[in-house]
Amino acid sequence: MSAVKYGSIILVSFVIIAGIAIPLVPSPQNWLEFPVIPGLEEKARNIFFHVPTAWTTVLAFLVSMVYGFRYLRTRNPDYDQKSVISAGLGLMFCILATVTGALWAKFNWGSYWNWDPRQTSIFILLLIYGAYFSLRSAIELEEKKAALSAVYAIVAGLTVPFFIFIMPRMMTGLHPGAQGDSSGGGPLFQSGMMAGNMRVLFYVSLLGFNLLYVWLFTLRLRIARIEDRQLLSRHTEQ
Amino acid sequence: MRSIVLRAERVSKNFNRRNVFRDISFVLSPGDSLAVTGKNGSGKSTLVKILAGLLAPTNGLVAFESAGTTLNQDEIRPLLGFVSPYLQLYDEFSAVEILNIVARIRSSGAHDPTRRRTLMEQFNLWGRKDDAVRTYSSGMKQRLKYVLALEHSPAILLLDEPTSNLDEDGISAVRSVVAGYGKSGVLVVATNDAVEAAWCSRELKVGI
Amino acid sequence: MLTLAQIMAVFLKDVRSELRTRYALNALLMFVVTTVAIILFALRGDQPGSTVLAGMFWVSVFFTAMSGLSRSFVSEEERGTTMTLQLIASSTTVYFGKLLFNAVLTLVLVAGVTVVYLIVFPAFEITGMGVFLLTVFLGSLGLASAATIIAAIIAKAGSRGTLYPVLSFPILIVPLMTVMGATVKSLEGVPFSDATVDFVVLISYFMVMTAGSVLLFDYVWKD
Repeated sequence: MSAVKYGSIILVSFVIIAGIAIPLVPSPQNWLEFPVIPGLEEKARNIFFHVPTAWTTVLAFLVSMVYGFRYLRTRNPDYDQKSVISAGLGLMFCILATVTGALWAKFNWGSYWNWDPRQTSIFILLLIYGAYFSLRSAIELEEKKAALSAVYAIVAGLTVPFFIFIMPRMMTGLHPGAQGDSSGGGPLFQSGMMAGNMRVLFYVSLLGFNLLYVWLFTLRLRIARIEDRQLLSRHTEQ
Repeated sequence: MRSIVLRAERVSKNFNRRNVFRDISFVLSPGDSLAVTGKNGSGKSTLVKILAGLLAPTNGLVAFESAGTTLNQDEIRPLLGFVSPYLQLYDEFSAVEILNIVARIRSSGAHDPTRRRTLMEQFNLWGRKDDAVRTYSSGMKQRLKYVLALEHSPAILLLDEPTSNLDEDGISAVRSVVAGYGKSGVLVVATNDAVEAAWCSRELKVGI
Repeated sequence: MLTLAQIMAVFLKDVRSELRTRYALNALLMFVVTTVAIILFALRGDQPGSTVLAGMFWVSVFFTAMSGLSRSFVSEEERGTTMTLQLIASSTTVYFGKLLFNAVLTLVLVAGVTVVYLIVFPAFEITGMGVFLLTVFLGSLGLASAATIIAAIIAKAGSRGTLYPVLSFPILIVPLMTVMGATVKSLEGVPFSDATVDFVVLISYFMVMTAGSVLLFDYVWKD
């Protein structure tokens, strides 16, 4: 686990520094220079932060769903514990993704929010997380809380393919990859748009954020287990 | 009435990590009757609800067997009769309407009109059968619950506090039903009344 | 054994109960009237275009639905009859009976909103009747399906006031946006083939939501 912990800290720090510090020049000579993408310039740096956080929040939600499903099958409270922790982290990454996305929107398209399908999608995910926690806080009985929030997470999860894949293809939008975008899949999948070294940094960032998620997950799980043990010993004392 | 065996194996129940009871085991064959006794809050009603399939046990299992094979939930449902003071009725309807609704939902409408009439007269409800249950007294509602529980001739009868809200006549009607039951069906009675507990041949104490 | 007769019995019980107490119908009627009145005051004589009309239409439908579709489960909890229903019916029977009830209620609601809009807004002209009818039908089904499972969840959660719209809205955004777009197309008289994409989305949403609900309902309904 310390490999994950140090790995994530090192990678994310590296990405933050490299992503911001590496200069953009018209024709890069060595590895430590990024090419200037016409129209994007400095704003291209966002891709190192926005896409990984968006990816991680979706991953966290899927993990939460899976653990929720396993809770329903086994009624083992440990799975519910993991489901909540993942959802909490997912909420955090979702806020980060929404904010970085809004910044991108402001600098590229003029306003912080345009109801483009992808922006709407991340907003929907934010609402789902909010609803999940509202539901949990409304129930007192632990087994009910766990079961009902697991069902909601799964039901909400059923709609995710709709707004992540189908809607953006259907509707024109400003986001790369939407119907009106002539460049197809966006800079990631378009050869020639993103230079080799940028691509490497991007994947490093993706790995770094994922490791960060795993590390924070295990950290919160350990805290939760310690709290449980304390609660149990207090009960048996009484 | 079918021959059904009710088996409980190491049933336990927790609420919010607090244990209510654990390791409850018994086997009831047709003709057996079990009184579940214990103080208030000891978990008697909870156990009966688990037997009725309304609550899931935290551990252990409850099985209903016919000729050696275990029945599933859908097969068990039409074989159960359950009476409890916590059972609520759709009181905007009349007694007959409720009986029809329940018969339709439980067994697609099949019911024996003679049996219905006999039961309603036995529990002194025939005269008020078309009045909205909203106008019933609590004793009448309790008696209607008995008709509901018995109309389909269930093989298993589960009673939680059988004589609550009942007057002398009501109690004697219940006693005669229970007496007839003890021979061919399975009877479980949850109560802290010694007289009611004496209706049964076996006793299970729940709680400390 | 799941039979249609049993599902219909649950459905008819809810219908008869509703006709006797008139609880949901009154709430729904009041909501439609209120939302349309507020919109009229806000517009002050301006005639909105088809995009706005379509949007307002479904806003009215959504909020009216939120005020009435939870009743089928919440009333059982409030009156304490959940236990009775659990005793006599299988989970799937209850689910389909309640889904049918909510679907019918939504269709009635949408029909009501349509009539009101036709009367109140002269610009609300349904040029593409086929598109409109199919849109409204499929949209209602999708809405009812999502609303039913969420109603079941919040009924078991104590259904404190705002929980129902809070949980329903995020999962209804997709069908709402789709149905608004399709309604615009029907108002503008766009050819049927242009709207098939919307219909496919609505049908698949309904199927996914219902299938998921059937598999998950037991975990919500049974304690």
